[in-house]
Amino acid sequence: MIKEMFLKKPKSLSEKEFTYCPGCHHGIVHRLIAEVIDELNIREKTIVVAPVGCSVFAYEFFYLDGTVAPHGRAPAVATGMKRALPDRIVFTYQGDGDLAAIGTAEIIHAANRGENITTIFINNAIYGMTGGQMAPTSLIGMKTTTTPYGRDPKKDGYPIHVCETLQNMKGVAYLERLTVSSPQEVIKAKKSIRKAFEAQINQIGFSLIEVLSTCPTNWGMTPVEAIKWLKENMVKEFPLGVFVDKTKGVN
Amino acid sequence: MPARGYIEINADKCKGCGLCISFCPQKLIRFSEKFNTKGYHPAEFHDPQKRCIACGFCYQMCPDSAITVYRFKGVTQNV
Repeated sequence: MIKEMFLKKPKSLSEKEFTYCPGCHHGIVHRLIAEVIDELNIREKTIVVAPVGCSVFAYEFFYLDGTVAPHGRAPAVATGMKRALPDRIVFTYQGDGDLAAIGTAEIIHAANRGENITTIFINNAIYGMTGGQMAPTSLIGMKTTTTPYGRDPKKDGYPIHVCETLQNMKGVAYLERLTVSSPQEVIKAKKSIRKAFEAQINQIGFSLIEVLSTCPTNWGMTPVEAIKWLKENMVKEFPLGVFVDKTKGVN
Repeated sequence: MPARGYIEINADKCKGCGLCISFCPQKLIRFSEKFNTKGYHPAEFHDPQKRCIACGFCYQMCPDSAITVYRFKGVTQNV
């Protein structure tokens, strides 16, 4: 019987082991990005801008050119790179503490200017690297180390909805919120990430993919329980779907 | 029904999160009793009855890209 390799680690992913906790969705999203880059055959001209947070070493996990930006400033750094080298594909990889807290100004203005970059936004509703503090996207009533009695909207405000905030910006070409909580969702997510990169290749404008992700360590759950919690709670607060799609009819 | 394929798990890359175990539709993956170099119980492929359908769900869910899926040629086309 002849065997053939059906699914294996993509070439754009480096041999270095991920520094993420067991069950963290960062690894799945990294693999999807690498697969899309392999499929589009753009490895030699892609640049990754890593954020500050758990994925601060993201540039080490890809066989790509990459750099790391100051906290929250990845869209600004990517803007500079894209304007200086317009033939390159530039994407930023950011978490919710980076993008939705300290980097809110940068992401809103990058989207509003319609910068021709792609952002992959990982929303796990908590600060992971610093040890589980409340993030702007934390759910109401969610227990974190800085809100031990649960997030109280009177004191701590309400969760920020990044896709809903950006959807009225005219420079946005593609905007979608998705999860990678089941194999079916992972396959769908790959297609969406591909669309976001194609929007940049076709120079339509700014594209952002928000991935609802788990943080089993700081949520205090096993990876399997965390996926269940994500489906039951986070998806209710942050509805999934395509918010903006200007890619139709371009290809 | 013959096996349509098999998987290989890189035990030293595995962090024992158990996502592949919970999503395998044939329940052919289990935790190993051994430790790997990181100190986790890695996932282990156990398919004595050759029931693997090579769906790739384990590969799709693995956060550490530790799984490689092989499909047998000829078998998949008949099923």
